[in-house]
Amino acid sequence: MPEARRHLLSIADLERADVERLLAAARSFEDDSATRPLLSWRSVVNLFYESSTRTLASFELAARRLSADTSSIRAAGSSVDKGESLKDTILTLSAYDPDVIVVRHPSIGAARLVASWTDAHVVNAGDGKHEHPTQALLDLYTIERALGRLDGVHVAIVGDVLHSRVARSLVRALGLVGARATLVGPPTLLPPGIEALGCAVSSDIGAISNADVIYVLRMQRERMEDAFVPSLREYAAVWGITRERVRPGQLLMHPGPMNRGVEIDARIADCSGALVVDQVRAGLVVRMAVLADLVDDRTSAELEHSFAEPLEVS
Amino acid sequence: MILACRNGRGDSLVLEGRVLAPAQRIDECLRITVADGVITTIEPSPASELVVAPAFVDPHVHLRTPGREDEETLHSGTEAAAAGGYCSILAMPNTEPVVDSAAVLRGLLARAREEAVVPTGFMAAISKGQAGDELTEMVELAEAGAAAFTDDGRPVASAALLRRALRYSGPVELPLALHCEEPTLSRGGHVHEGAVSAELGLGAYPSVAESVMVERDLALAALEERRVHLMHVSAAESVAALDRSLASGVPASAEVTPHHLVLTDEAVRSLDANVKMNPPLRAARDRSSLRDALRRGAISCIATDHAPHARQEKEVPFEEAPFGVTGLETAFAALHTHLVLPGELALETLLERMSAGPARAFGLPEPRVEVGARANLTVLDLGAEWNVTEECFRSRSANSWLLGRRLTGRVVRTVADGRVVHG
Repeated sequence: MPEARRHLLSIADLERADVERLLAAARSFEDDSATRPLLSWRSVVNLFYESSTRTLASFELAARRLSADTSSIRAAGSSVDKGESLKDTILTLSAYDPDVIVVRHPSIGAARLVASWTDAHVVNAGDGKHEHPTQALLDLYTIERALGRLDGVHVAIVGDVLHSRVARSLVRALGLVGARATLVGPPTLLPPGIEALGCAVSSDIGAISNADVIYVLRMQRERMEDAFVPSLREYAAVWGITRERVRPGQLLMHPGPMNRGVEIDARIADCSGALVVDQVRAGLVVRMAVLADLVDDRTSAELEHSFAEPLEVS
Repeated sequence: MILACRNGRGDSLVLEGRVLAPAQRIDECLRITVADGVITTIEPSPASELVVAPAFVDPHVHLRTPGREDEETLHSGTEAAAAGGYCSILAMPNTEPVVDSAAVLRGLLARAREEAVVPTGFMAAISKGQAGDELTEMVELAEAGAAAFTDDGRPVASAALLRRALRYSGPVELPLALHCEEPTLSRGGHVHEGAVSAELGLGAYPSVAESVMVERDLALAALEERRVHLMHVSAAESVAALDRSLASGVPASAEVTPHHLVLTDEAVRSLDANVKMNPPLRAARDRSSLRDALRRGAISCIATDHAPHARQEKEVPFEEAPFGVTGLETAFAALHTHLVLPGELALETLLERMSAGPARAFGLPEPRVEVGARANLTVLDLGAEWNVTEECFRSRSANSWLLGRRLTGRVVRTVADGRVVHG
């Protein structure tokens, strides 16, 4: 089985056909949000080494909607507190033969290591500053539903790119589907060399003006101690997304949680062009699609034919 | 300076092959007779498949003793050195405790006389506890047998302290070996700053974090008219700074590691903890610059920076893994395979930079092929192919960047200080 069907570790492992298959499956779950038994008698373990609200909740809900048994383990309060290594935790959990392990971890490459230690399918729910592939997929899904297309769409990604796994996955994903990205932010938060991902880079906030979508990244207050920017006040003044900087028709997205008044003005966050809640809702069907796809034993070619129809009940 | 190893009688043996001793301009098929550890006759011999060369000298090895004997001991580390063709090595002082007093140093030398199979010298720290605040008792350390001074593993962050160390240690005439890293520029860094760090999201450790310290350290060495040795140079900008200093007459030497000569930061895309080193693997242009400096002789030493780590410490995500890889047992084969065979480096140059070059930089006895000299020789089978596996190491650790690779060229025998220590 190709890596992209066995695990979901990185957008970099996917091809366009994989993305299209997953988005089509997500659409099929939209039509009927009732519980589907695709994953009955299957088990999904969510292992979260970092705090999370929406990602954990939506993986739990997605697994239950598909009738999987699900359990969620947070590192705090588990044997991780007793110094158990990631490897031993994975070997232990794998002894229960889970079908899928969803892992969030503060270290880059953690999900790939997990995949090397278990027979379960592994989904990366965020590995440090590296990737957050299900976020990128739900973002593509949201954009496609709002604009009716992905090809040729221009997305300006604004803010703390340096520390953002969301940005890294999204730039890769946009490239896969024929959309393009421009990264915008203070020079100190735009890592040298990032243009190698195939995106434009600018520190001029004016660069957002011709984008179809303005994707606002969270300014992480905890990073301020490293003084990448002199103050949040100056950041908001120069790079904050305000009503004056958004032109009619532009769509606004944010992966959450938002810092209203810092990276995004509170009024613009509530405007009709803001898709923030749509993104959260998309997270559920996209994660259902990811889980169903990984445990589905059919080949990619067989799945191509089932695009238009809901996945068959096994 | 004291090099210590197990005492014993020298061996008697005959070595035959194409003798390549570039520093002595020898390249001919010879038969070398060794009696009781001393070369007694050298005479013409028929052509042979094997190469006999002056054995190697590694000026940069971590033996992890005292403190982390689970990772390496004086015995296992020198067994690894013997298997790599080395007749002498210099161990770093960043142990637990740090080698910052004559008492610790004397203890290590005594232990080396019990355990070490190849002559081993020990560098002492520049600052107490390598904390960068106070000088060690450099005169007493020198008298006790220190091979050189270094705070390796850490930079000497304070320019004033380094200047004082250079000045104070002038009379003892031992070189200062410098790990050049500006800590505020490298903080949080795991890999070279560039496309790879940006794409993976890994904290960047830019070239300038090294080169700005190379510039500073060479300026201080020039001011105090002292000899310094730049450890594990990795960046093109550092080579440029070294070239400028050498041109103006500053007596500096420099070393480069096999991994910086072979790999680039592209290897980090694997997120394999065995390609995590300090300094990090850099870009292709840096690698070209290092190869060029090695050919020209501006960089005169190849050093492994052999850094053993326990398995469980490397079986973690990249950012959590410690810096460092092993290298004693693979240095020659790796460089023969990746530089000599593709025509990037002459075999003679490789042999010189692994033996006479580092010996001269640290004032160590230079392994020579001549009647009356102690035999310090290595026998190489240039055509032998082998797979690098965990099982093939004599080191207690197997954190090699070469695991799973196939290499061409092998050390088949090593004679160190007149005794057969390998093969």
